[in-house]
Amino acid sequence: MVSEAAGTPARDENGRGFSTTDLLGRAAPLLFLLVLIAVLSYLEPGFRTERNMFNVLRQVSVIGIMAVGMTFVILTAGIDLSVGSVLAFCGMAAAIVARGSRSLLEGNDPGGIQVLWAALAAMGAGLLIGLFQGTLIGYLRIPAFVVTLGGLGAWRGATLLLSDGQPISGVSDDFKWWGQGFIGRVPVPVIVFIVFVAIAFVVLRYSQYGRWIHALGGNQEAARLSGLNTNLLTASVYGISGFCAGVAGFLLTARLNSAEQVAGQGYELEAIAAVVIGGTSLFGGEGGVIGTFIGAMLIGVLNNGLVILNVSPYWQPIVVGTVVVLSVFIDQFAKRRRRGG
Amino acid sequence: MCLPLRWRGVAEGTDNVEDSRPLLQMTGIDKQFPGVHALDDVSLEVHSGECLALVGENGAGKSTLMKILSGVYPADVGTIRIDGREVHPHNPHHAQTLGISIIYQEFNLFPNLSVEENIFIGREPNRAGFVRRRMLREDALAFLSQLGVDLDPGAIVRNLSVAQQQMVEIAKALSLNARIVIMDEPTSALTENEATALFRIIRGLKARGLGVIFIGHRMEEVFAIADRISVLRDGRNAGDMPAGEATAERVVQMMVGRPVDELYVDHVAESIGPVVLSVRGLGRRGTARDASRVVLEGIDLDLRSGEILGVSGLVGSGRTELARAIFGADAYDEGEILLEGRPARIATPQDAIERGIALVPEDRKLQALVLLLSVRENITLPTLSRFSTLGFVRRGAERRLVERFIETLRIRTPSQNQRVMNLSGGNQQKVVLAKWLAREPKVLIVDEPTRGIDIGAKAEVHALLRELADSGVAIMMISSELPEILRMSDRVVVMREGRVAGELSRDDVTQERIMELSTGVRHDAPAA
Repeated sequence: MVSEAAGTPARDENGRGFSTTDLLGRAAPLLFLLVLIAVLSYLEPGFRTERNMFNVLRQVSVIGIMAVGMTFVILTAGIDLSVGSVLAFCGMAAAIVARGSRSLLEGNDPGGIQVLWAALAAMGAGLLIGLFQGTLIGYLRIPAFVVTLGGLGAWRGATLLLSDGQPISGVSDDFKWWGQGFIGRVPVPVIVFIVFVAIAFVVLRYSQYGRWIHALGGNQEAARLSGLNTNLLTASVYGISGFCAGVAGFLLTARLNSAEQVAGQGYELEAIAAVVIGGTSLFGGEGGVIGTFIGAMLIGVLNNGLVILNVSPYWQPIVVGTVVVLSVFIDQFAKRRRRGG
Repeated sequence: MCLPLRWRGVAEGTDNVEDSRPLLQMTGIDKQFPGVHALDDVSLEVHSGECLALVGENGAGKSTLMKILSGVYPADVGTIRIDGREVHPHNPHHAQTLGISIIYQEFNLFPNLSVEENIFIGREPNRAGFVRRRMLREDALAFLSQLGVDLDPGAIVRNLSVAQQQMVEIAKALSLNARIVIMDEPTSALTENEATALFRIIRGLKARGLGVIFIGHRMEEVFAIADRISVLRDGRNAGDMPAGEATAERVVQMMVGRPVDELYVDHVAESIGPVVLSVRGLGRRGTARDASRVVLEGIDLDLRSGEILGVSGLVGSGRTELARAIFGADAYDEGEILLEGRPARIATPQDAIERGIALVPEDRKLQALVLLLSVRENITLPTLSRFSTLGFVRRGAERRLVERFIETLRIRTPSQNQRVMNLSGGNQQKVVLAKWLAREPKVLIVDEPTRGIDIGAKAEVHALLRELADSGVAIMMISSELPEILRMSDRVVVMREGRVAGELSRDDVTQERIMELSTGVRHDAPAA
């Protein structure tokens, strides 16, 4: 054929290109988290306690679970603004089912069965809502921003209709265990959160589906011309996001012992913030759920630290907002250096 | 379209060409891109009141030369003089202030703004930042009437026809005090009447002393409007003559005339087998706004196992659209596709891939590769299910397959995990080929398989395509490069304006015949 010298060798010798700046860009959120923990531990010994650490984890678990679903969406260069409202709707659905089954089965002490129905209602509602929105986005090609912005309003309204404007308070102890209980010394929602992160990690990293999601987010046209069913794949990530919001709604209702109309308001932005801080690109194709876990932890530790240091809670959103912008800046800076642009 | 056998220069208005100092003089222009010597010592002159037709094959260097003139990128070597004064246009805006305006095929208009707003965009007559609407209207009308165009200055550009939008571009050039107007294939989207109207306007520009550079393919039009014809070939000057002294055959020959030994590389297909893919009466219209436009019409085609069918034709002749229709990437309106004699319903790329068809698209970065993913992940994208268990990828099997392709195709990459964006063009193209070879396709469609890759990789890709054909794959190869078509094809189909303009067997095919079919110029005497 042709001599070796004729071809141009590849430019980058570093495999995937782990240059120093690149590594710094990737590890920045983790480094920042560790430094923050160290500083807070030094300033306030109360921060370091096991109880407080689990407290932080419990607080981030609801948003964290939503952020896991959001990671799939953002990997395809999409966005899901509806998750906060979907959470409220599903939490309300769970409470209504639980209440209904209690009166229905009164005296029989239905125990876990009642909670099972409630959980299924929340997860099922979340999945269906997500798939419905996903169908509009994937098959009818309505922009995700528009569909889920509509959902943000509509599912909040549906929650009000469902509950007739009244919160539903007081669920069974079995139900509450999911939000307030412990397994060993670990809070239950924290375990659910970690299980979700682990499953998402394995799926994104080792499964065909995970590969397809990355391909779709990296180059939709190339994915389509490689024979992937891009419409179905697009729809599916919103199904996952809705499902996660449903689970989060169930856990929040359990934790608060009440399903509120205003539950989860603004959570969509925190979930997106966690994903973005974690290094997943809003342009799709790059990132992962471990970053999202770190991002969620970072938000949780920041909020907790501000409380412990007696800073006005009004500062919390300002600090989180700043961290979002800063983390994206550092990430892009590192990439520019790597690509020599 | 049946044209007379011979076109003589019929240009009007040649009488006012002044034989003094040229208005524009480009001398010794040289331009290199990585791996390509795009322009090699090219010179060009345009006089005041003259229309120069710049002709040449796809890739001959016309666009590069015009981009240098209009300041898109600088020349490596060479000078540009306007009225004898040396100029260095360093960006398009600067070129405009020097009096050079270029009108691209894709207009640079704001579709949501009005005609007058487009003409004066960024230069609106204003008082303290507020647009003086009446003055804007009057100025716009003045330029439009100079062109003799009847167009409402308040009309929104989106609602105008292509021809009218072109008038807006020309009015804009006039308002910028353009002295040289470059038109890049201005008639390609026009009807015959519209083209006639455009020519009238070009004559008007000439009468005002402007110089016009007309880039075109259709000999009929070149001879209808040009005072002089300049031919580029492979980035060099191939000829320059007054239109009155030229003939269509001579121009075509100048466009393609390479040394004969470069054109023919002997190869005989080892064994051409039965027909694998047939296309019958395939047709497609434009979408939405240009629903009447013919994209493809009445395409009949057979592709046999073991052969390389070359598909030639000018850019925009429907070659790529044909490939995409067969592959299910775009829907078609009529006709059918048969695989091994049986009608095949191909609605999506998935359908095509399942039936053993593969497409290497024309733009590998936009259509074929996921640049953020690794060599391994790109190669196995269409084959992932083959080494997956319960939805999970078996890494070992995947790695072995990729390793095999990196070796056999000589993909130069430090590792399988290298992101494809870090590979050279040639190696990227091999990754695209590997990705489809892994599926062992029966039909392989390649669209511009060697565009933008260096000579070494190009030869490797050619050898690979030949090997595949010899192993029984049916290959359809679209290419704008005539030498590539001649070297590789067992048979050539030439497309023009969405139709098959002709088919040439390996024994009949010459560059001249292909150019004649693709430009619509016919003549009796076959070139020597």
